[in-house]
Amino acid sequence: MEEKIKAKIMDEKKMKRAFQRMAMEILEKNRDVSTLCLIGIQSKGVHVARRIRDYIKEMENVELPLGILDITLFRDDLHKQEMHPVVKKTDIPFSVEAKDIILIDDVVFTGRTIRAAMDSIFELGRPATIQLAAFIDRGHRELPISADFKGKSLPTSRRERVKVQLKEIDDIDQVLIMEPVRF
Amino acid sequence: MTATAFKQNHLLGIEHLQAREIDLILDTADSFVEVSNRDIKKVPALKGKTVVNLFFENSTRTRSSFEIAAKRLSADIINFSSSASSLKKGETLKDTVLTLEAMNPHIIVIRHSASGSPLYLTTFARSSIINAGDGFHEHPTQALLDALTIRQRLGRLRGLKIAIIGDILHSRVARSNIFLHQKMKNEIVLIGPPSLVPAEFCALGATVCHDIRAGVKNADVVMMLRVQEERGARNYFPSIREYRRLFAINREIFALAKKEAIVMHPGPINRDVEIDTSMADGSESVILEQVNNGIAVRMAVLYLLKGDQRHESAD
Repeated sequence: MEEKIKAKIMDEKKMKRAFQRMAMEILEKNRDVSTLCLIGIQSKGVHVARRIRDYIKEMENVELPLGILDITLFRDDLHKQEMHPVVKKTDIPFSVEAKDIILIDDVVFTGRTIRAAMDSIFELGRPATIQLAAFIDRGHRELPISADFKGKSLPTSRRERVKVQLKEIDDIDQVLIMEPVRF
Repeated sequence: MTATAFKQNHLLGIEHLQAREIDLILDTADSFVEVSNRDIKKVPALKGKTVVNLFFENSTRTRSSFEIAAKRLSADIINFSSSASSLKKGETLKDTVLTLEAMNPHIIVIRHSASGSPLYLTTFARSSIINAGDGFHEHPTQALLDALTIRQRLGRLRGLKIAIIGDILHSRVARSNIFLHQKMKNEIVLIGPPSLVPAEFCALGATVCHDIRAGVKNADVVMMLRVQEERGARNYFPSIREYRRLFAINREIFALAKKEAIVMHPGPINRDVEIDTSMADGSESVILEQVNNGIAVRMAVLYLLKGDQRHESAD
């Protein structure tokens, strides 16, 4: 499906402020950083998590452990997909047992990815808490899930798509709303 | 969402796969290696799918490897062995498979002594068929797990020299590996007595060589094959002693290969026949890594195949 840019929502400057605020809020809510761990969801969530980790390091001078989670195998729509999504690496180099986990993704939408991520984390152990940080909350939840920390709430229509672009992958920091091209 | 282009319904052999599809299977397998390292070695990817292990020949590692792979993906698996079945009462292969299919499996894994039997199954079965070894034809998951092991150890799968030594004539493992390394544009040298490595193998794009020293020189991978006594391999050379003297791998000969070269064997090994004990247990030997990678590769294949088409459309 062809898409075109409907609107540019955030630029580099706004994104930087949002990342810093999220890092700050995570620290505010979690006074004890000794049990705090970050887990980014493949693939953009991992980069968002790295940014947040870097800002936390700037503020508190601690480097939080960062894990990478691929939720492909826990998706609830695997059985009805014609083509199988690529399975990427999961790499969580710490025990999740009794930890305070900040689960991080770029966009939270239906909530199904987050459900899958939580299932996946519980296979690895029993964390004390799981908190959700999403850079963009675009609404349309299909499950009782809400983000504890968000960069921005962005009301969208279902047919639109939110594109978070990051320098690490896309050479530019910006958030776009895309819509299908009508013929 | 990234979707893959693995369009195969079955895995009958390496011959009909594209290099890109082989890379995709290996990349997927790489991710599954991690699942096997977890405390809870189970993911729900194939929940509700049924896999039938249909083995008409003896097997330890392939059958148990498929079984573990299916279980780690949460599939249900039924093990069928020919000795305890109605085949003994005279049921044909087709009727046996049709009976099993009436129970709606998604994937059938078959090993059979007749070359081409997996292909035959696809003519009437609705499940996805995986070839786990058919006669002298192919053993695709073995070649894939070999390739994964090579990639892990050497960091690449292209531009290599692969020496395959032993009973090439009767070996489905060799044929699958020849097809695979052909596609990866690797140099393939087949080594063994002329009776077991006929010159006709040149037609597959390999070099045939009857001198192990010349063949192993500068190889990146030395792949040993088992002397298959049950297939009458003994009738193709005068004595085990002579075979061992001419074609067994030992330290002295292995020293001719590249410095970082590895030695492989699909198993089961005949110690001190085709492979010296010191070689089999040495640090160059990746034999047990091959077995371990077998699970990840089979998980990848089970995951990537679509399973029974009926179930998809009924959704």
